[in-house]
Parts: sequence; C-alpha cells; structure tokens
Amino acid sequence: MSYIEIKNINKSHYNKRNKKRAPDDSTKIGFIQVLDNIDLSFEEGEMVCILGPSGCGKSTLLNIIAGFDTAYDGEVIINDKKVKHASSNHIFVFQQNGLLPWMTVWENMELGLRNIQDTEVKNERIMEYIELVELNGFEDHLPSSLSGGMQRRAELARALAVKPDILYLDEPFTGLDYLTHLKIREEVVNIHEYIGKTMIMVTHFIEDALIMADRIIILSERPGRVLMTRKLDFPRPRNINKDRGLSELRDEIFLMLGVSYVA
Amino acid sequence: MKWINKNSSFLLPTVTTIIAFALWEAIVRFSGWSNQVFPGPSLVFDGLIELVADGTLFKHTVASLYRVTVGFYLAVLLGIPLGIILGMSRIANEMFNPMVQFLRPISPLAWIPLAMLWFGIGDNPAIFLIFLSCFFSIIMATAIAVRRINPIYFQVATNFNFNRTEIISKLIIPAIIPDVITALRLSIAVGWLVVVAAEMIAVQSGLGYLILDSRNALRMDYVMVGMIVIGWIGLCIDIIMQKFCKPKWGAY
Ligand SMILES: Nc1ncnc2c1ncn2[C@@H]1O[C@H](COP(=O)(O)OP(=O)(O)OP(=O)(O)O)[C@@H](O)[C@H]1O
Ligand SMILES: [Mg+2]
Repeated sequence: MSYIEIKNINKSHYNKRNKKRAPDDSTKIGFIQVLDNIDLSFEEGEMVCILGPSGCGKSTLLNIIAGFDTAYDGEVIINDKKVKHASSNHIFVFQQNGLLPWMTVWENMELGLRNIQDTEVKNERIMEYIELVELNGFEDHLPSSLSGGMQRRAELARALAVKPDILYLDEPFTGLDYLTHLKIREEVVNIHEYIGKTMIMVTHFIEDALIMADRIIILSERPGRVLMTRKLDFPRPRNINKDRGLSELRDEIFLMLGVSYVA
Repeated sequence: MKWINKNSSFLLPTVTTIIAFALWEAIVRFSGWSNQVFPGPSLVFDGLIELVADGTLFKHTVASLYRVTVGFYLAVLLGIPLGIILGMSRIANEMFNPMVQFLRPISPLAWIPLAMLWFGIGDNPAIFLIFLSCFFSIIMATAIAVRRINPIYFQVATNFNFNRTEIISKLIIPAIIPDVITALRLSIAVGWLVVVAAEMIAVQSGLGYLILDSRNALRMDYVMVGMIVIGWIGLCIDIIMQKFCKPKWGAY
C-alpha cells in the first residue's frame, strides 16, 4: 500500500452550458467528463510533477486528492484513510488568489501556524520563511499592494512554513519573473531534499518537471487519462542541457504533448 | 498656483456654490415672482438666522437625525446578520428570499397608514419607516456579497482549519465589507429621503414637519431653509460615510 492511493477516479463537471456532445458520448447532458479512470499511487516523500495540456483536469485532480472536491467516483486513500475533507497538514498552494486579501502577509503566514503556542517560536518561523522568499520589509503589507510575483512568493512561504506532510502545488511559478521562478524552484527543491515531505505539483513547464520531479505523470487532453508515468533517477543538481538522458526525455514529453519541434 | 492645486477639492465646489447662489438671486430678480412665492437667497438667509436664533431649526434637525440614526442602526443590526445567513444557507435563502423580494419594492411610504395605526404618533412610526426603507436593501446586498465571495477563500479556510466562528469573523465579514458599505451609503441616503416624507404625515417635529408647517403658514423662506438643511445634512452624511468606511484593502 502506497502513501497516497488514487483508485479509478472519474469526474464530471456540471455546467448548464454543456449542451453539445458527440453522438457516442454517454455522459449526461450538462456534464463534461474531466477525469477518466485515473489510477495512481504516490510514495511518502516523493516529489511528483503532473503535466498535461490546458483544461485537461490537472487542477480538478489536485483538488480531489487534497479533499476539496468530494463529488467524484472512485477513492483517494492517504495513509490508509479515505480522504473526505481537506487537512491542515496537507497544504494547497492555489493557482491564483490564495492569499486572503484583508490580511497582511504576516497574518496570512500565521494562518497555518495557529497551533504553535509559543509566540517566539512562531515569529521566528514566520521570519525564516519570509526571508526565504525575500519578502523582508513587506510583512505588514496587504496582498493588494504586492506585485503578482510577490503574492505568489508569500503564498509559497505560507505553505512551506507549515512544514506540511503533503504540499500540493497548482502551478506555483506562473506569474513569477524568470529569475524568481528559477530561484524559488531551487528553494523548493532544496526544501524537498531537506525535509523530505511529499509534494505533488501541477505545472505547465516541462523543464520544471524535469529538474524537480522524482516522477513525472502526464495526462492526456480532456478527459484526462494517465498517458505516462516515468521515474526520474537523474542525479541532482540537474541540468537539462548537460544531461543527455534529460534532454531526450524532454523531447519525448514534448512529442507526447503534441509539440513536435522545439527550438 | 500651488495653493489652488492643493485646495482645489475645496475651492472648486465653493466657486460653483457661489455661482449657483448668484444665479438664484438673478432668477428671483428677473422672474417677477413675489418674494412670497420664490424668496431669494438673502431672504432665506434671514429666515435661517431667525430659525437658528429661536432654536426651532436645531430642535427639528435633531429630531430628524435621531429617527434616521435609530432606524438605520436597527436595520444594520438586523439586516447584516440575516443577510449573512441568507447568503450562507441555501435553505434559508429559498425560504425567505421570495418574501424579501416581495416586500422590498413596496415603498416605505405605503406603510405610513399601518405604521401610524401600530405605533401612534411620534418617533416610533417614523423610525419604523426608516427601518423598512433601509432593511431590505441591506439584507439583499449582504446576501449577494456573501454569495460573491471567491470560493478559493473558502478553500483556504478549510485548508487552514477555520471553525465556524472564524469563517464568519475572518472570512465572510471582511470579504463583504466593501459591498456592504456601498449598500449602507445608499440606504442611509434613502432613509434620509424617507424621514422627511414620514415627518410630513406621522409626527409633529423634524425637518419634514418644519417644511409642512411653514407651508401652512405661507413662509416659503422657512420652507427653503428646511430644504437647504436637508440637502446639506445629506451631503455631510455621505462625506462621513465615505471618510470613515473605507476598507483598507480596497476592492479586490
Ligand atoms: N467549477 C467547474 N464547473 C464546471 N466545469 C469546470 C469547473 N472547473 C473546471 N471545469 C472544466 O473542467 C476542465 C478541467 O479543468 P481544470 O481546471 O482541472 O483544468 P487544468 O488542467 O487545471 O487547466 P489549466 O492548466 O488551464 O489550469 C475544464 O475544461 C473546464 O471546462
Ligand atoms: Mg489548473
């Protein structure tokens, strides 16, 4: 039994605008099938990246695993227990707007640390992660006065500070400038090596998956099916251009996602 | 020039006000109406001094403000919590929304006969009418604001284990504040409109009563004093609401 078991997940979203459907489509009118029989398992401490075309159901899948969405067929089992709701030591980094806009960066950071009684320990922890994402001096700012990239960093810091057993990341690097993207990516990799907790990340960036992942999972176009899962045993730190295996894998994935020519 | 820029938010309205007064005076001079029918600014100003001097104006103003304040506060105290419940609970919404929608378009003035029958003559019927005129729009605006909250914030709340009180105090209330404040601004303005009308019928004091009483005494200068004070207080209320009720995180 693996740490996280995902069994036969089928998911349809309802939308009253979904009127058209192919003659051979058996889903009910108004429903759109998003996930098709997803069967996966994740080991404890594993860093898994999920890739797939836009709209294929990656966010939907992550929401289901995290327990936010319970209207689906199939089962998610974490640590031998069926997932029925979200848990406060499995933190989710949202694709957008995850910070509560009426709370300062500091107050947002405190959300995940409310069980720490000792205020000194708590403040130290918050400062540690604020420094990690280089937001010193912005503790008392409201999210609306930060740039998009700074907001992403703050949300990442909020999640990492919890030291969660599982970290769900839904495209955490979108909206970051290139350099910050690389820097934060490196930090996440370091943190993962250091604390060894399970991380499941959805991303558009194939390079991120190649650099970060212990395993890559590729979903097909909607309805999402598992097209490929591949373990990556490449040594770290990784460099796609210097490691033949990695660059070949990259080309293979591009092909699989329907891009035949990469400059 | 610097001085003008710095004070232009004060200067420009002053200039237009002076122009308006000059126009008023000109129209009175050239229209040929008598001062009884259309008093000019100077006459109205004299009336103002008289009414201030004998304390009538103060008494009536306080009476009106008192009624609006009490009625408005009651509407806020009841409307916001009920609106939150309506916004959060689908069942509560299905039960009560049709009723709210049915009662809302009935003008508060249509309630005057019943209000007088139930509450007699005095402050209470007027307060009741103000309450009605604010209550339904506050409850509606609150419920809609709750339903408009970005669902991601609720996911964040479940992720960080908010309990029910925290969901209300740390999520729902701060999230709806901008929308609710707009609704409060609109509804207190409506309340101020309604109090004048109510006072013309249901009570013997207040700015509405002052206007009606002055008309009966054919003192159009006092009528206009009443109107000016009403407009001026309305303006002040709006400025105060704007100043003190700005949520610090702005719109999001
Ligand atoms: N709340 C919803 N109601 C109805 N349909 C939805 C809802 N959320 C998503 N969908 C549908 O489900 C499909 C998958 O959405 P999802 O957000 O999981 O895609 P994704 O793979 O995360 O895409 P992206 O990479 O663009 O974020 C979409 O095609 C969309 O039409
Ligand atoms: Mg997504």
